Amino acid sequence: MNVAGSKTVRVSAWLLGGIVLLAFVGPWLSPHDYLQTDFEQILQPPALANAHVFGTDDLGRDLFVRTMHGVQITVLVAVVASIVSLVIGVLYGAVAGLAGGRIDAVMMRFVDTLYALPFIFFVILLMVVFERNFLLIFVAIGAVNWLDMARIVRGQTLSLREREFVQAAQLTGVSFGKIITRHIAPNLLGIVIVYVTLTIPQAILVESFLSFLGLGIQEPQTSLGALVDGGVNQMEGAAWMLLIPAAMLALILLCFNFLGDAFRDLFDARQSR
Amino acid sequence: MSLLQVRKLGVHYQDVAAVRDLSFEVAAGESVGLVGESGSGKTQTAMAIMGLLPDAATATGEILFDGDDLLQASSASLDRLRAVRLAMVFQDPMQALNPFVRIGRQLGHILAAHDIAHGKDAHERVIDMLQQVRLPDPERQFSAYPHQLSGGMRQRVMLAAALIGEPDLLIADEPTTALDVTVQAQILELLEEVRDNTALLLITHDLGIVAGRCERMLVMERGELVESGQTAAVFAAPQHAHTKMLIAAAPRLDRGATLPPVTSTALLTIDSACVSYVEPGKGRLQAVQELNVTLQQGETVAIVGESGSGKSSLVRATLGLVPMESGRVSWCGTELGDSLKSRSAAVRRDLQLVFQDPVASLNPQMRVSAIIAEPLLVHERGLNRSARDELVHKMLDKVGLDESFLSRYPHQLSGGQAQRVAIARALVLEPKALICDEAVAALDGSVRQQILEMLLQAQRESGLSLLFITHDLAVARAISHRVLVMYLGRLVELASSEVLFAHARHPYTTALLEAVPVPDPIAAGGYASLAGEVPSILNPPSGCAFHPRCVHSQDVCTTTLPAPRPFDNATVACHRVEELATPE
Repeated sequence: MNVAGSKTVRVSAWLLGGIVLLAFVGPWLSPHDYLQTDFEQILQPPALANAHVFGTDDLGRDLFVRTMHGVQITVLVAVVASIVSLVIGVLYGAVAGLAGGRIDAVMMRFVDTLYALPFIFFVILLMVVFERNFLLIFVAIGAVNWLDMARIVRGQTLSLREREFVQAAQLTGVSFGKIITRHIAPNLLGIVIVYVTLTIPQAILVESFLSFLGLGIQEPQTSLGALVDGGVNQMEGAAWMLLIPAAMLALILLCFNFLGDAFRDLFDARQSR
Repeated sequence: MSLLQVRKLGVHYQDVAAVRDLSFEVAAGESVGLVGESGSGKTQTAMAIMGLLPDAATATGEILFDGDDLLQASSASLDRLRAVRLAMVFQDPMQALNPFVRIGRQLGHILAAHDIAHGKDAHERVIDMLQQVRLPDPERQFSAYPHQLSGGMRQRVMLAAALIGEPDLLIADEPTTALDVTVQAQILELLEEVRDNTALLLITHDLGIVAGRCERMLVMERGELVESGQTAAVFAAPQHAHTKMLIAAAPRLDRGATLPPVTSTALLTIDSACVSYVEPGKGRLQAVQELNVTLQQGETVAIVGESGSGKSSLVRATLGLVPMESGRVSWCGTELGDSLKSRSAAVRRDLQLVFQDPVASLNPQMRVSAIIAEPLLVHERGLNRSARDELVHKMLDKVGLDESFLSRYPHQLSGGQAQRVAIARALVLEPKALICDEAVAALDGSVRQQILEMLLQAQRESGLSLLFITHDLAVARAISHRVLVMYLGRLVELASSEVLFAHARHPYTTALLEAVPVPDPIAAGGYASLAGEVPSILNPPSGCAFHPRCVHSQDVCTTTLPAPRPFDNATVACHRVEELATPE
């Protein structure tokens, strides 16, 4: 498969792996801590001296360690939210698609209803009613993303059910369960994997957006979105506080998008000839 | 000087050569057939001439049209040439016509774009052209959208679009492949009649079409021209091995195969089967009505009919994929349940199906080994892994594929290879009967021949019974003991192959036989003795469903449905069979 061999894909995969590895190993290498404030070193530009390679913020915290911490949180939120949406979406969509008829209609109208809810109001409401916390962000993002997933999986299941190879299996007498596990599920897998790799950057964006609005991660915890928010306030004097986390965010998003596209090409190649 | 001179044409996609070192000429007014199997570069050649090659392709050599090199021509000058001097008809008229524009306007655009005629003048010319291609009621069809026309009508419109600019050269790329055989004959006759002085380059995989219609022929194999000459001369004494192979592989109506003998045990009996569907908003559609047929052990019965004849519905009901409205299916004397679920494992094991599209019938995520092994997992649970692998190996060998195919995925197979795998899957349980639903329709002539031979071999070895659904009478001739002809859901004629192909009794069967192109310039068939097309099954004609197209139709035919009755070793559903059989 020449998809895996393409240069963009290889670079994206290595870069993403490198960033994630650095995010977890980096804080250990630095003498600083993401909580530790140092009022002697407020708003220092990036320099090798004092080991503040990305500089410091307005409270004198080391920006390198905080950025790495932000990457950890952001990637974690995105991956967990995607898995949440994956599990709910695939189950819901596959059941609707296979059951068909009235059950399918009722289940999908429910999805349509949820689609109609304005997402941001919904999240703000959640944040106001409950305390701001980590778990809530997963719930909020997952609650939106699973709708897309459910629709895609249901559509795919419906068309797979009518495919000739499924009919061939039915004719031979392959059991219902085996048809799902051997014929339907593997053919769903491709599109689901593609969709998940494209959902992750979407979830990263949503998380950053919420944090930027001040609705996401709470201080002193941080995420890339929260760091960008902090950077915007100091934009005039300390541009690095904005540019470094923003660049990191863009880089991660790009890598995920390239990988998602590559997966899609791979999947398409096998579906059609 | 020739109108079109192709010199050392090459078409390359990166390092793959689609066409290599191709040289030929077409003189003004001449008709030339370009023949080859899929992948031989026929269509690429046509695209190169029309200047329609995709950007990924590079063309080398020269294509001289009236002295100008088309490969060097700017796209603006090509635009001026197309339609007026060079025109093309594509295989699928639905894709070639814009679905959102009324057909009259589409034809009018051509005249306007080349400044031939405008406004009222253009309208008249379009109507005139539509009349020439014998589109019924051209005034009304002028404002029809493409989807409102039948396949044959659309191809007439395409032909009108191609010829309205009175081009010097018309390229027709498989113009009738998507059409039923009786309509194909009409379109080909029409093409011959309306092209006047336009030279024709007819691209086809069907040697029969070339034999009857073209003065000269060119044969391509894998991008290269392997033979060219006068059609009659090439058929009489083909020089190149590939041409010989193509001619030998072309199915013919005048030769049957030697088939293994049939036992008199009834295996599958279909008794007054009726299948209907409810079309939302349109009412009930009677796909199959009162159909009886028995398949004996070791016998091949071909079910032949044009699109909409109910062949596929009959198969699906027989297999229990769709419920029957009424009627019975019996297997070895025992009546089978209506739904798939109610059928016993033994019946499912003994009655297998091969689909038309081999690639769609294989799970894209499974390797060939797993695909062939799947029926064994269901019906032979006692087998251990190595015994199963051995059976899969044996089966693969039987269908003529080597072990390297075991680990391949379906998308890595050609159409013929995929169909072999599908047949291996169907035969691995050693069933008693195999239903083939247009199983060779999507394959090239030579591959088709091999697959048919393989099925015959299986029949010789194990007494396999075959129910063979096909629209192609030549295929039916090559494989079947008996032939059942269907028209609009009903049996028209049922007879043994020898009887039916020697003395067809029903006027519809006769017309079908006449419409089949024969790969022999002397005995060339392909006559359009039938007017019109198959009517919509939603609204079938009264009485005998065939009467509106039948040349022998009388009053009784329009009012009373003829029941199938025995006549001279055949079963025929025609009021006038006795009269028509005695020569006047």
